Amino acid sequence: MAFLHKEFLHVFRDKRTLLVMFGLPIAQILIFGFALTNEVKNARLLIVSPVQDTESKKLIEKIDASSYFTVTHIVPTRQNLEHYFRNNEAQCALILPDDFSASGVSPSQVQIVADATDPNFAKTVVFYLSAILGEFQQQSQPAQSIPMAIKTEVRMLYNPSLMGAMNFVPGVIALIMMIVCTTLTSISIVREKETGTMETLLVSPLKPFLLIISKAIPYTVLSLVNLSFILLLSNLVLDVPIRGSILLLLFECLLYIIACLALGLMISNIASSQAVAMMISMAGILLPTLLLTGFLFPLENMPWIFQWLSNVVPARWFFIIVKSIMLKGVGLEDVWLETTVLIGMTVFLLAVSLKRFKIRLE
Amino acid sequence: MRILLFILRKEFIQIFRDRMMLPMLLLMPLMQLLILPFAADMDVRHLKIIIVDNDHSPVSKSLISKFTASDLFEIYAISGSYNEALKLIETDKADIILQIPHGFERNLIREGSEKVAITADAINGVKAGLGTSYLNAIIQNFNQDIALEWSNATSLTPPLDVRYSFWYNPYLRYKNFIVPAILVLLVTVISGFVSALNIVSEKEKGTIEQINVTPIKKWEFIIGKVLPFWLIGIFDFSLGLLIMYYVYGIQIVGSLSTLYLFAIVYITGILGFGLLISTVSHTQQQSMFVAFFFIMIFILMSGMFTNVESMPPWAHTISSLIPVTHFMHAVRAIVLKGSVFLDLWVDMVYILCFDVVAIAAAVINYHKTV
Repeated sequence: MAFLHKEFLHVFRDKRTLLVMFGLPIAQILIFGFALTNEVKNARLLIVSPVQDTESKKLIEKIDASSYFTVTHIVPTRQNLEHYFRNNEAQCALILPDDFSASGVSPSQVQIVADATDPNFAKTVVFYLSAILGEFQQQSQPAQSIPMAIKTEVRMLYNPSLMGAMNFVPGVIALIMMIVCTTLTSISIVREKETGTMETLLVSPLKPFLLIISKAIPYTVLSLVNLSFILLLSNLVLDVPIRGSILLLLFECLLYIIACLALGLMISNIASSQAVAMMISMAGILLPTLLLTGFLFPLENMPWIFQWLSNVVPARWFFIIVKSIMLKGVGLEDVWLETTVLIGMTVFLLAVSLKRFKIRLE
Repeated sequence: MRILLFILRKEFIQIFRDRMMLPMLLLMPLMQLLILPFAADMDVRHLKIIIVDNDHSPVSKSLISKFTASDLFEIYAISGSYNEALKLIETDKADIILQIPHGFERNLIREGSEKVAITADAINGVKAGLGTSYLNAIIQNFNQDIALEWSNATSLTPPLDVRYSFWYNPYLRYKNFIVPAILVLLVTVISGFVSALNIVSEKEKGTIEQINVTPIKKWEFIIGKVLPFWLIGIFDFSLGLLIMYYVYGIQIVGSLSTLYLFAIVYITGILGFGLLISTVSHTQQQSMFVAFFFIMIFILMSGMFTNVESMPPWAHTISSLIPVTHFMHAVRAIVLKGSVFLDLWVDMVYILCFDVVAIAAAVINYHKTV
C-alpha cells in the first residue's frame, strides 16, 4: 500500500505532464470533431460564362445555392484563368460554351477544371458539380423523361452525416492509452534506475512482482479516467454514440491497457536512460501506432510490407474492436478473432517482460 | 563577435559529438520522407464491394461486369441475401453494398425506372463519400449505355457533355499532395523541437548555469544556440527537395529562390518558437510532451490532409494563425502550381508576424538567472 501511495504521488506531482495528458485528448477530440471535415463546403468556384442569358444565370444561381460551392468570380473569357488558380482565389472552374443550353437538341460541351493539388478534393468537386449539372438538365426539360432510369438510394450506415470524428474517436482512445501506459510507465521505471532508487526498492521486502503491480496501478487508473473522459466528451459534445455494451468495451480496454503496460515494462528493461526510453517509445511505439492502426491512413492503400507489419501492432486490433463495439454495436461474437489476437499479444508481452525483468542491477 | 564564434564552435562540437543528435538530424528526415508518403496515402481505391443480386437477369449481370472492369472496386462477394452482406460490413470485411432488387430488368423495361440501393459503411467519411460517388458515376454511365441501346436513340436529348480536367496534378497522384507537406512538417520538427530539446538538456544537466555566469550576452547566447539549427534546417530542407525530385519525380514548377525565401523566414520563426518552449519547460520529458502536443495540433489544423476552407469559421481562424498552414500552402503552391511571390504575399505577412511574436516572446522569457 505504501508503495502504491508513493507511485500515485509521483504521477500527480508532475503537473505539466498531467496537463498534456488531459489537454491532448480534449484538443484532439475538439479538432477531430469540429474542425476536420472531409466534406467539401464552400469550394471557391469560378465560372467562365461568355453569354449571360437566363439559362446560364439560372444554372449559376443553382450552383451558388448549394452548400458545396460559393461562386466567387464570373468572368467572360478563360483568359487569366490560371492566375485565379495560382493565387488560390479559385479552387475549381466551370467553363460554359458560347451557346450554353441544357435543353437543346445537340448537347453543349461544358468543361470542369479542378485544382488537383489535393486529389481527393478535386475528385469530390468534380462529382458534385457534374451531379448538379445533371439535375439542372433534367429540371429544364421536365416533359421528357429518360427511359430505363436507374435511380440510386444511398444509405450511409453508422454515420449518416459523414462526420470525421467517427473514425477518429476510437483512434484517439488507442493513442492516448498507449502514451499513458507505455511511454509514461517505461519512463517512470527507468527514472528509478537512473536516480538509483531502484536499488532501494529491490532490497526492500517487497516482492518484485508486487513492485511492478504498484508501478502499473496508477497508470491503469489514469488511463481509465482518461478513457471515461474521452467517451463522455465524444458522447456529449460530438454525439458519437456508444451502441454496444459498455462492459464489453471496458473489458477490451483493460486488456489493451495490460498489453500497453507490458510493452512499457519491456522498454524499461532494454532502456538505460530516460532519453533512450523516450526515443524507443516515440519512434518504436507511438509512430507505428499513429501510422499503422488505420485511423489516420487507410491500411489497404499501403505497400504490403506495411500491411504485414501492422499485424503486430496491438493498437490495430484494438481499434477494430472499439470501432465495432462503439459504432456498430456488435457483441463479442463478432470481435472474438480480434479479441483473441489481443489476448495472445498481451500474454506474450507479459511473459517476455516479466521473464526479462531483472531483480538485480548490474 | 568573437564570443559568438566561440559559442558557435562549442555548439557545433556538441552536435557532432552527440551520438544521438546527428542521426536524428540527418537520418530521421531521410527516413520520414522515404517512408511516410507510402503510409500516408488517403487515395480511395480498391473499395471492397458486395453485390446482392436478386434479379439474375442479363441487365443485372452486365451491370455487375462494369465493376469487375473498374480498378476502384474489388468485388468481395456476390451474395444472395442482404443480411449476409450486412454481416460482412459489420465485421469490417467489406465497405459497400449494392443491392439489385428482384424484377430489376422487368421494371426497367415496363415502368421505365427502378431503384438500386447502395449501403456504405460511413465510419470513414472520405471513403464512404467518394465511394458512393464513384458507384453513382458507374451506374449513371451504365444507365446511359443501356438507354441508348434499348430505346430509339434519336428521340432523346443527349446528356450534357461534361469534360473534366485536373490541373497541376493530372494523374491525381496523392504523393504530389503529401510529399511537400511532409517536407514542411519535417523542417518544423527538426528546427523547432530539436532545438528546444537541446536547450532544455543544458538546463537539466546544469551546464546552463555555467554559461549564465560568463560575460556572454543574452543575444549572443541565443544566436549561438539558434544558428546551428537554422543551418541544419536549411540543409534538411534542401535534402528534402532533392528527395522530392529524385525519388518521387515531383518537379518544382515555381521559382526556387521564392521557395528558399519562404523557408528562411519560416525556419527563423519556428526556431523562435522552439526557444519559447525551452524557456517554459524544466525537463526533457516535459518539453517532449509539449512539443508532441503542438506537432499534433499543427498537423491536424494546417490543412495537411483536409481542406482548410471546409472548416467551421472558428477553426479556420485558428488554422490561419498557425504559421505551418501558410508555409505549407506556399510550398505546395510554389512546387505544384508555380505560384509567384505576388500570389503568396498574404502568407508571407502571416509568417513574418509569427516570426516577430515568437522571437520577442522567447527573448523576453529567457532570463540569464535560474
